Amino acid sequence: MADAPSGRSLVVDAVTHRYPSGALAVENINLDIKGGEIIALLGPSGCGKTTLLRIIAGFIAQTQGRVIIGDDIVDALPPNKRAVGIVFQNYALFPHLSISENVAYGLAARGVDKAARQREAQRLLELVQLPAMAARLPRQLSGGQQQRVALARALAIKPSILLLDEPFAALDKNLRLDMQIEVKRLQRVSGITTLIVTHDQEEALSMADRVAVLSHGKLEQFGSPSDVYDRPQTLFVNTFVGSTNRMPGVVVSADRTAAKVRLDAGAEIIARPAGGALSEGGRVTVCIRPEHLQFVGDETGFAGVVGMSLPLGATVVHEVTTADGSGVKVSQARIGETRALENGAAVRLAPLAPSLANAFPATL
Amino acid sequence: MGAAPASRDVTSYGMGLAAPLALFFLLFFVAPLLQLLWLSLHNDTAGLHWGLGQYLHFLTDPFSLGVLGSTLLLGAEVTAVCLVLGFPIAWLYQRVGPRLQTIIILIVLLPLLTSVVVRTFAWIVILGRQGIINATLQSLGIIETPLKLLYTQFGVVLALAQVQMPLMTLPLITALGRIDPNLDDASCSLGAGSWRTFFRIVLPLSLPGVIAGCTLTYAAAITAFITQSLIGGGQMLFMPMYLYQQASTLQNWPFASAISIIFLLAVLAVVSVFTTLGRMSRGYGGA
Repeated sequence: MADAPSGRSLVVDAVTHRYPSGALAVENINLDIKGGEIIALLGPSGCGKTTLLRIIAGFIAQTQGRVIIGDDIVDALPPNKRAVGIVFQNYALFPHLSISENVAYGLAARGVDKAARQREAQRLLELVQLPAMAARLPRQLSGGQQQRVALARALAIKPSILLLDEPFAALDKNLRLDMQIEVKRLQRVSGITTLIVTHDQEEALSMADRVAVLSHGKLEQFGSPSDVYDRPQTLFVNTFVGSTNRMPGVVVSADRTAAKVRLDAGAEIIARPAGGALSEGGRVTVCIRPEHLQFVGDETGFAGVVGMSLPLGATVVHEVTTADGSGVKVSQARIGETRALENGAAVRLAPLAPSLANAFPATL
Repeated sequence: MGAAPASRDVTSYGMGLAAPLALFFLLFFVAPLLQLLWLSLHNDTAGLHWGLGQYLHFLTDPFSLGVLGSTLLLGAEVTAVCLVLGFPIAWLYQRVGPRLQTIIILIVLLPLLTSVVVRTFAWIVILGRQGIINATLQSLGIIETPLKLLYTQFGVVLALAQVQMPLMTLPLITALGRIDPNLDDASCSLGAGSWRTFFRIVLPLSLPGVIAGCTLTYAAAITAFITQSLIGGGQMLFMPMYLYQQASTLQNWPFASAISIIFLLAVLAVVSVFTTLGRMSRGYGGA
């Protein structure tokens, strides 16, 4: 157990979990994770991502499906036999034990003798850049330092899988970035398959090799960060990851790769059928990100009136009201001297490219 | 308090607010205590000759020392029983749903809602020669002659443990409730089994509650005059009854006073050992 190899694969096979009340927590989740990957489980609160984490760790026995680590089906193993390292959101350091004892705790449980585990604890504390803190108590450390200790403690047992539950949520913004870099560095060094549970899309996109987006207990999409951001498969993914403008419309004509949509805001545009085939005459929601809209001079695109402009540094965001009265945000890069748009100016807007407008069948 | 009004700290309050209670304590606690001390320092019942004779008598009398010893031992036994039985209840309380929690807390508090005298008589009914336990065992054919349960150390410990149980369980419930449940999971995920988690994490972190519970139970058990006397009967003598006999029956007020003072000091010594342990463990808990 102590020599469990790092970077084992993790397969979540058709896992469904029902609460005793009968409500579904997660439904038919399939994840095939290669050894050494960093995966983010992304979703809003209550989407089932923490339940999934606890199923993988062994704290919850799923109603159906299997969890496979490496070549072993681990469903029958209790958490203390799974060699899964966890970093809790509140770090869960043992308050009465010194930093060194905290890090060595898992080794003591494995019967490693005292001298060896002190040496190993010191090595790990050096790895997380806290070599001088060994004798302190957790409460004498700052939040970021506590998190490093929690990481060292989880890594000490040489886990085959590392689970991080909202690891950066309690840190302030600057520290969060430092710790994200730190975790990514440690993951590279150790090569441990890592699962990060987060509700922060930036964190998921920046840290993970692949992102699994969950909503209401279902897996919406599992793909690379650019897949999830640029080629969302569901309306939920498109709206939850990044910001987007939702524009209702009717399909004029459609094939598998492109659809002509008449927007309620006026004008026909070409969009990408993102959630499967579209039928002619059906209502759709077209999602266009603010940075994928541009002002056009000719008669193409749809008309609108500029309401407010917010200069956000590198970009300027304009709030435009369209003909059907809905608001659209347009993000414009500030290149040279961007022409200031006056309040009330009439403009026309169009997507940068057809592949950047995603059409989803409208749900009632 | 004596600072000039300009620099007065708004968060400090006048000691005057405590004056009524202080006066009450002075009149009805400190004054009688001093009177007790004054009385105990006389060698004769009339209170004419000063001296340490009463104390010397107690400390050189094997019978008196025996009563003191058995009383302190009784306290230790009751405390141990309450701790061993109370800890699982408190532990369970923190791991069940809100509905069961209400039931547990009701069961724990129920003894406090009935008079000590009533509860003690109930134990007489249960433990007596013709009591529930003996009647049941006899009808089942397990025993032939009734067991002697009443008027034994066992009976007194059992009854006192039940009577004092809330004093142990409530601080334990509070202490266990302060422990972050993630610590259990963290310990488990690091490979520790239930027993290691209990002895290395749960027990050390609940020590403040254990010590508070032990202090309360101990102090209550050794001074529980009614239960001790009714269940112990005439054959078992503990300090409260010994003191009562000397004062009420034998009218030996100076000796009774000396017994009180010695008992008080003995209890204070035990309690201060507990509080010292408590202070040492204060480093735990918290954040």
